Amino acid sequence: MQHDIYIYLFVMSAVTLAIRIVPLTLIRRQIKNRYLRSFLYYVPYVTLAVMTFPAIMDATQTPISGLLALITGIALSWYGASLFKVSAACCLMVFFVELVC
Amino acid sequence: MSVTSLPLAKSRRDVFFEGLHDGIPIALGYFVVSFTLGIAARNAGLDPLQGFLASFFNNASAGEYAAFTVIASDAPYLEMALITLVANARYMLMSCVVSQKFSADTPLLQRVLVGFDITDEIFGITIARKGPLNPYYNYGAMAVALPGWSIGTALGVIAGNLLPLQAVSALSVALFGMFLWVIIPTARDNRIVGLLVLASFLMSFACAHLPALKDLTAGTRTILLTLLLAGIGAVFFPIKDLPDDNKEDA
Repeated sequence: MQHDIYIYLFVMSAVTLAIRIVPLTLIRRQIKNRYLRSFLYYVPYVTLAVMTFPAIMDATQTPISGLLALITGIALSWYGASLFKVSAACCLMVFFVELVC
Repeated sequence: MSVTSLPLAKSRRDVFFEGLHDGIPIALGYFVVSFTLGIAARNAGLDPLQGFLASFFNNASAGEYAAFTVIASDAPYLEMALITLVANARYMLMSCVVSQKFSADTPLLQRVLVGFDITDEIFGITIARKGPLNPYYNYGAMAVALPGWSIGTALGVIAGNLLPLQAVSALSVALFGMFLWVIIPTARDNRIVGLLVLASFLMSFACAHLPALKDLTAGTRTILLTLLLAGIGAVFFPIKDLPDDNKEDA
Protein backbone atom coordinates (compact mmCIF):
# COMPACT_ATOMS: atom_id res chain seq x y z
CA MET A 1 0.00 0.00 0.00
CA GLN A 2 1.78 3.11 -1.26
CA HIS A 3 -1.12 5.54 -0.80
CA ASP A 4 -2.54 6.95 2.42
CA ILE A 5 -6.13 5.88 3.16
CA TYR A 6 -6.92 9.25 4.79
CA ILE A 7 -5.87 11.10 1.63
CA TYR A 8 -8.09 8.72 -0.37
CA LEU A 9 -10.95 9.53 2.03
CA PHE A 10 -10.30 13.26 1.70
CA VAL A 11 -10.29 13.10 -2.10
CA MET A 12 -13.48 11.03 -2.37
CA SER A 13 -15.31 13.17 0.20
CA ALA A 14 -14.27 16.45 -1.42
CA VAL A 15 -15.45 15.27 -4.83
CA THR A 16 -18.74 13.85 -3.53
CA LEU A 17 -19.57 16.96 -1.52
CA ALA A 18 -18.68 19.24 -4.43
CA ILE A 19 -20.98 17.22 -6.73
CA ARG A 20 -23.85 17.55 -4.27
CA ILE A 21 -23.35 21.10 -3.07
CA VAL A 22 -22.02 23.12 -6.03
CA PRO A 23 -25.08 22.77 -8.32
CA LEU A 24 -27.39 23.44 -5.38
CA THR A 25 -25.64 26.69 -4.50
CA LEU A 26 -24.82 27.98 -7.99
CA ILE A 27 -27.57 26.83 -10.35
CA ARG A 28 -30.83 28.68 -9.90
CA ARG A 29 -32.33 27.73 -13.27
CA GLN A 30 -33.18 24.34 -14.75
CA ILE A 31 -30.60 22.84 -17.12
CA LYS A 32 -31.97 23.29 -20.63
CA ASN A 33 -29.40 21.39 -22.72
CA ARG A 34 -31.16 18.13 -23.49
CA TYR A 35 -27.93 16.27 -24.36
CA LEU A 36 -26.41 17.10 -20.99
CA ARG A 37 -29.67 16.22 -19.24
CA SER A 38 -29.90 12.94 -21.12
CA PHE A 39 -26.28 12.10 -20.37
CA LEU A 40 -26.79 12.68 -16.63
CA TYR A 41 -29.98 10.64 -16.80
CA TYR A 42 -28.26 7.63 -18.40
CA VAL A 43 -25.09 7.73 -16.26
CA PRO A 44 -26.31 5.95 -13.10
CA TYR A 45 -27.79 3.00 -15.00
CA VAL A 46 -24.62 2.36 -16.99
CA THR A 47 -22.35 2.88 -13.98
CA LEU A 48 -24.29 0.52 -11.73
CA ALA A 49 -24.62 -2.13 -14.45
CA VAL A 50 -20.89 -2.05 -15.21
CA MET A 51 -20.06 -2.33 -11.51
CA THR A 52 -22.49 -5.21 -10.97
CA PHE A 53 -21.37 -7.59 -13.68
CA PRO A 54 -19.03 -9.45 -13.73
CA ALA A 55 -17.96 -8.20 -10.25
CA ILE A 56 -20.83 -10.06 -8.55
CA MET A 57 -19.23 -13.36 -9.61
CA ASP A 58 -15.94 -12.40 -7.93
CA ALA A 59 -17.56 -11.28 -4.67
CA THR A 60 -18.78 -14.74 -3.74
CA GLN A 61 -16.85 -17.92 -2.96
CA THR A 62 -17.90 -19.55 -6.25
CA PRO A 63 -18.73 -17.69 -9.50
CA ILE A 64 -21.89 -19.75 -10.06
CA SER A 65 -23.50 -18.58 -6.81
CA GLY A 66 -22.82 -14.96 -7.79
CA LEU A 67 -24.32 -15.54 -11.23
CA LEU A 68 -27.45 -17.10 -9.72
CA ALA A 69 -27.75 -14.16 -7.31
CA LEU A 70 -27.58 -11.80 -10.31
CA ILE A 71 -30.40 -13.67 -12.06
CA THR A 72 -32.43 -13.70 -8.84
CA GLY A 73 -31.95 -9.96 -8.36
CA ILE A 74 -32.89 -9.14 -11.95
CA ALA A 75 -36.00 -11.34 -11.82
CA LEU A 76 -37.31 -9.93 -8.52
CA SER A 77 -36.55 -6.31 -9.47
CA TRP A 78 -38.29 -6.89 -12.80
CA TYR A 79 -41.48 -7.87 -10.99
CA GLY A 80 -41.29 -4.90 -8.65
CA ALA A 81 -40.05 -6.43 -5.38
CA SER A 82 -38.92 -4.03 -2.63
CA LEU A 83 -35.27 -3.14 -2.03
CA PHE A 84 -35.17 -5.30 1.08
CA LYS A 85 -36.64 -8.36 -0.68
CA VAL A 86 -34.28 -8.07 -3.66
CA SER A 87 -31.18 -7.72 -1.49
CA ALA A 88 -32.24 -10.47 0.92
CA ALA A 89 -33.11 -12.90 -1.89
CA CYS A 90 -29.69 -12.38 -3.51
CA CYS A 91 -27.98 -13.12 -0.19
CA LEU A 92 -30.09 -16.22 0.48
CA MET A 93 -29.45 -17.54 -3.02
CA VAL A 94 -25.69 -17.33 -2.49
CA PHE A 95 -25.94 -18.86 0.96
CA PHE A 96 -27.96 -21.91 -0.14
CA VAL A 97 -26.06 -22.50 -3.40
CA GLU A 98 -22.76 -22.51 -1.53
CA LEU A 99 -24.27 -24.76 1.14
CA VAL A 100 -25.22 -27.34 -1.48
CA CYS A 101 -22.26 -27.12 -3.88
CA MET B 1 -38.24 29.03 18.87
CA SER B 2 -38.77 31.97 16.56
CA VAL B 3 -39.64 31.60 12.92
CA THR B 4 -37.80 34.34 11.07
CA SER B 5 -37.31 33.76 7.36
CA LEU B 6 -39.34 30.69 6.47
CA PRO B 7 -42.62 31.48 4.74
CA LEU B 8 -44.43 28.55 6.31
CA ALA B 9 -47.08 28.12 8.96
CA LYS B 10 -45.48 25.06 10.56
CA SER B 11 -42.65 25.59 13.00
CA ARG B 12 -39.16 24.40 12.19
CA ARG B 13 -39.48 21.87 14.95
CA ASP B 14 -42.63 20.31 13.43
CA VAL B 15 -41.03 20.08 10.01
CA PHE B 16 -37.85 18.61 11.50
CA PHE B 17 -39.88 15.82 13.12
CA GLU B 18 -41.75 15.15 9.89
CA GLY B 19 -38.37 14.62 8.23
CA LEU B 20 -37.26 12.43 11.12
CA HIS B 21 -40.37 10.31 10.76
CA ASP B 22 -39.93 9.83 7.02
CA GLY B 23 -36.22 9.20 7.53
CA ILE B 24 -36.62 6.21 9.88
CA PRO B 25 -37.42 3.57 7.23
CA ILE B 26 -34.61 4.99 5.11
CA ALA B 27 -32.20 4.71 8.04
CA LEU B 28 -33.17 1.08 8.68
CA GLY B 29 -32.60 0.15 5.05
CA TYR B 30 -29.31 2.05 5.09
CA PHE B 31 -28.15 0.19 8.17
CA VAL B 32 -28.53 -3.22 6.51
CA VAL B 33 -26.95 -2.21 3.21
CA SER B 34 -24.13 -0.20 4.77
CA PHE B 35 -23.21 -3.19 6.92
CA THR B 36 -22.31 -5.07 3.73
CA LEU B 37 -20.55 -1.95 2.46
CA GLY B 38 -18.46 -2.18 5.62
CA ILE B 39 -17.40 -5.68 4.58
CA ALA B 40 -16.20 -4.25 1.26
CA ALA B 41 -14.39 -1.49 3.19
CA ARG B 42 -12.67 -4.05 5.40
CA ASN B 43 -11.58 -6.04 2.34
CA ALA B 44 -10.06 -2.83 0.96
CA GLY B 45 -8.05 -2.38 4.18
CA LEU B 46 -10.08 0.24 6.03
CA ASP B 47 -10.46 0.27 9.82
CA PRO B 48 -13.83 1.03 11.50
CA LEU B 49 -13.10 4.76 11.93
CA GLN B 50 -12.11 5.10 8.29
CA GLY B 51 -15.26 3.24 7.25
CA PHE B 52 -17.32 5.58 9.43
CA LEU B 53 -15.69 8.68 7.95
CA ALA B 54 -16.06 7.45 4.36
CA SER B 55 -19.77 6.82 4.90
CA PHE B 56 -20.47 9.97 6.93
CA PHE B 57 -18.98 12.28 4.30
CA ASN B 58 -20.11 10.36 1.20
CA ASN B 59 -23.35 8.49 2.01
CA ALA B 60 -23.28 6.85 -1.41
CA SER B 61 -23.46 3.10 -1.95
CA ALA B 62 -22.17 2.88 -5.51
CA GLY B 63 -19.72 5.74 -5.09
CA GLU B 64 -18.23 4.32 -1.91
CA TYR B 65 -18.09 0.81 -3.27
CA ALA B 66 -16.26 2.11 -6.35
CA ALA B 67 -13.92 4.13 -4.12
CA PHE B 68 -13.11 1.06 -2.03
CA THR B 69 -12.10 -0.82 -5.18
CA VAL B 70 -9.71 2.08 -5.90
CA ILE B 71 -8.23 1.83 -2.40
CA ALA B 72 -7.97 -1.95 -2.68
CA SER B 73 -5.97 -1.68 -5.92
CA ASP B 74 -3.75 1.13 -4.51
CA ALA B 75 -4.53 3.24 -7.58
CA PRO B 76 -3.50 6.92 -8.05
CA TYR B 77 -5.44 9.66 -6.22
CA LEU B 78 -6.55 11.04 -9.58
CA GLU B 79 -8.34 7.77 -10.31
CA MET B 80 -10.11 8.12 -6.95
CA ALA B 81 -11.31 11.60 -7.94
CA LEU B 82 -12.49 10.45 -11.37
CA ILE B 83 -14.26 7.28 -10.25
CA THR B 84 -16.02 9.19 -7.45
CA LEU B 85 -17.06 11.84 -9.94
CA VAL B 86 -18.48 9.27 -12.36
CA ALA B 87 -20.11 6.99 -9.80
CA ASN B 88 -21.79 9.94 -8.07
CA ALA B 89 -22.61 11.98 -11.19
CA ARG B 90 -26.31 11.36 -10.71
CA TYR B 91 -26.23 13.44 -7.52
CA MET B 92 -25.26 16.38 -9.70
CA LEU B 93 -28.54 16.01 -11.57
CA MET B 94 -30.46 15.60 -8.30
CA SER B 95 -28.72 18.64 -6.84
CA CYS B 96 -29.79 20.62 -9.91
CA VAL B 97 -33.37 19.45 -9.46
CA VAL B 98 -33.41 20.23 -5.73
CA SER B 99 -32.03 23.70 -6.48
CA GLN B 100 -35.31 24.35 -8.29
CA LYS B 101 -37.24 23.58 -5.10
CA PHE B 102 -35.53 26.23 -2.97
CA SER B 103 -37.16 29.61 -2.62
CA ALA B 104 -34.83 32.26 -4.05
CA ASP B 105 -33.95 33.84 -0.69
CA THR B 106 -32.69 30.60 0.91
CA PRO B 107 -29.37 31.37 2.64
CA LEU B 108 -26.15 29.78 1.38
CA LEU B 109 -25.60 27.79 4.58
CA GLN B 110 -29.00 26.09 4.24
CA ARG B 111 -28.20 25.12 0.65
CA VAL B 112 -24.84 23.68 1.68
CA LEU B 113 -26.32 21.64 4.53
CA VAL B 114 -29.14 20.22 2.40
CA GLY B 115 -26.62 19.41 -0.34
CA PHE B 116 -24.45 17.53 2.15
CA ASP B 117 -26.83 14.57 2.15
CA ILE B 118 -28.61 14.32 -1.20
CA THR B 119 -29.00 10.57 -1.69
CA ASP B 120 -31.33 8.59 -3.95
CA GLU B 121 -33.76 8.07 -1.06
CA ILE B 122 -33.61 11.52 0.54
CA PHE B 123 -33.92 13.05 -2.92
CA GLY B 124 -37.06 10.95 -3.36
CA ILE B 125 -38.79 12.14 -0.19
CA THR B 126 -37.64 15.74 -0.79
CA ILE B 127 -39.15 15.86 -4.26
CA ALA B 128 -42.34 14.16 -3.08
CA ARG B 129 -43.19 17.15 -0.84
CA LYS B 130 -45.29 19.93 -2.25
CA GLY B 131 -44.24 23.56 -2.32
CA PRO B 132 -40.87 25.19 -1.63
CA LEU B 133 -38.32 23.04 0.15
CA ASN B 134 -38.05 23.52 3.91
CA PRO B 135 -34.44 22.66 4.89
CA TYR B 136 -35.53 21.47 8.34
CA TYR B 137 -37.38 18.56 6.75
CA ASN B 138 -34.10 17.40 5.23
CA TYR B 139 -32.25 17.94 8.52
CA GLY B 140 -34.74 15.65 10.24
CA ALA B 141 -34.26 12.90 7.66
CA MET B 142 -30.48 13.33 7.77
CA ALA B 143 -30.47 13.11 11.57
CA VAL B 144 -31.41 9.42 11.36
CA ALA B 145 -30.20 8.44 7.87
CA LEU B 146 -26.60 9.60 8.29
CA PRO B 147 -25.93 7.72 11.57
CA GLY B 148 -27.71 4.64 10.18
CA TRP B 149 -25.43 4.62 7.18
CA SER B 150 -22.10 5.51 8.80
CA ILE B 151 -22.46 3.46 12.00
CA GLY B 152 -23.69 0.52 9.92
CA THR B 153 -20.53 0.76 7.82
CA ALA B 154 -18.28 0.86 10.89
CA LEU B 155 -20.04 -2.19 12.36
CA GLY B 156 -19.66 -3.99 9.04
CA VAL B 157 -15.91 -3.38 9.18
CA ILE B 158 -15.83 -4.74 12.74
CA ALA B 159 -18.19 -7.70 12.42
CA GLY B 160 -16.95 -8.73 9.00
CA ASN B 161 -14.07 -10.28 10.97
CA LEU B 162 -16.40 -12.22 13.22
CA LEU B 163 -18.82 -13.61 10.67
CA PRO B 164 -18.21 -17.04 9.08
CA LEU B 165 -17.02 -17.09 5.49
CA GLN B 166 -20.36 -18.30 4.09
CA ALA B 167 -22.21 -15.40 5.71
CA VAL B 168 -19.73 -12.82 4.39
CA SER B 169 -19.98 -14.34 0.92
CA ALA B 170 -23.78 -14.19 1.06
CA LEU B 171 -23.99 -10.65 2.48
CA SER B 172 -21.50 -9.31 -0.04
CA VAL B 173 -24.12 -9.54 -2.81
CA ALA B 174 -26.69 -7.40 -0.91
CA LEU B 175 -25.19 -4.25 -2.41
CA PHE B 176 -25.39 -5.70 -5.91
CA GLY B 177 -29.02 -6.48 -5.13
CA MET B 178 -29.55 -2.80 -4.35
CA PHE B 179 -27.89 -1.78 -7.61
CA LEU B 180 -30.17 -4.16 -9.54
CA TRP B 181 -33.19 -2.79 -7.68
CA VAL B 182 -32.26 0.69 -8.91
CA ILE B 183 -31.56 -0.15 -12.56
CA ILE B 184 -33.86 -3.02 -13.53
CA PRO B 185 -37.33 -1.42 -13.20
CA THR B 186 -36.26 1.51 -15.39
CA ALA B 187 -34.49 -0.85 -17.79
CA ARG B 188 -37.77 -2.76 -18.09
CA ASP B 189 -39.89 0.33 -18.79
CA ASN B 190 -37.44 2.34 -20.90
CA ARG B 191 -36.14 0.53 -23.98
CA ILE B 192 -33.03 2.72 -24.31
CA VAL B 193 -32.03 2.25 -20.66
CA GLY B 194 -32.67 -1.48 -21.09
CA LEU B 195 -30.35 -1.68 -24.08
CA LEU B 196 -27.71 0.41 -22.29
CA VAL B 197 -27.83 -1.88 -19.24
CA LEU B 198 -27.49 -4.95 -21.44
CA ALA B 199 -24.60 -3.37 -23.35
CA SER B 200 -23.00 -2.43 -20.02
CA PHE B 201 -23.12 -6.03 -18.79
CA LEU B 202 -21.67 -7.40 -22.03
CA MET B 203 -18.93 -4.80 -22.45
CA SER B 204 -17.97 -4.91 -18.79
CA PHE B 205 -17.61 -8.68 -19.04
CA ALA B 206 -15.61 -8.33 -22.25
CA CYS B 207 -13.30 -5.73 -20.73
CA ALA B 208 -12.65 -7.98 -17.75
CA HIS B 209 -11.57 -10.88 -19.94
CA LEU B 210 -10.21 -9.62 -23.28
CA PRO B 211 -6.39 -9.83 -23.32
CA ALA B 212 -5.82 -6.20 -24.33
CA LEU B 213 -8.30 -4.74 -21.84
CA LYS B 214 -8.20 -6.90 -18.74
CA ASP B 215 -5.24 -5.00 -17.27
CA LEU B 216 -7.46 -1.94 -16.77
CA THR B 217 -8.46 -1.47 -13.13
CA ALA B 218 -12.13 -1.91 -12.27
CA GLY B 219 -12.40 1.84 -11.64
CA THR B 220 -10.98 2.84 -15.02
CA ARG B 221 -13.23 0.31 -16.72
CA THR B 222 -16.26 1.87 -15.01
CA ILE B 223 -15.27 5.39 -16.02
CA LEU B 224 -14.55 4.55 -19.66
CA LEU B 225 -17.66 2.44 -20.21
CA THR B 226 -19.89 4.99 -18.48
CA LEU B 227 -18.60 7.88 -20.59
CA LEU B 228 -18.84 5.77 -23.74
CA LEU B 229 -22.28 4.22 -23.25
CA ALA B 230 -24.05 7.14 -21.55
CA GLY B 231 -22.48 9.40 -24.19
CA ILE B 232 -23.82 7.22 -27.00
CA GLY B 233 -27.22 7.24 -25.31
CA ALA B 234 -27.26 11.04 -24.97
CA VAL B 235 -26.11 11.68 -28.56
CA PHE B 236 -28.33 9.17 -30.34
CA PHE B 237 -31.30 8.97 -27.95
CA PRO B 238 -31.65 12.36 -26.23
CA ILE B 239 -34.75 12.52 -24.08
CA LYS B 240 -37.31 15.22 -24.71
CA ASP B 241 -38.97 15.33 -21.33
CA LEU B 242 -37.06 13.80 -18.45
CA PRO B 243 -39.16 12.26 -15.69
CA ASP B 244 -37.57 14.38 -12.97
CA ASP B 245 -40.84 15.01 -11.10
CA ASN B 246 -40.07 18.69 -10.74
CA LYS B 247 -43.17 20.76 -10.12
CA GLU B 248 -41.46 24.05 -11.09
CA ASP B 249 -43.35 25.90 -8.42
CA ALA B 250 -40.48 27.98 -7.04
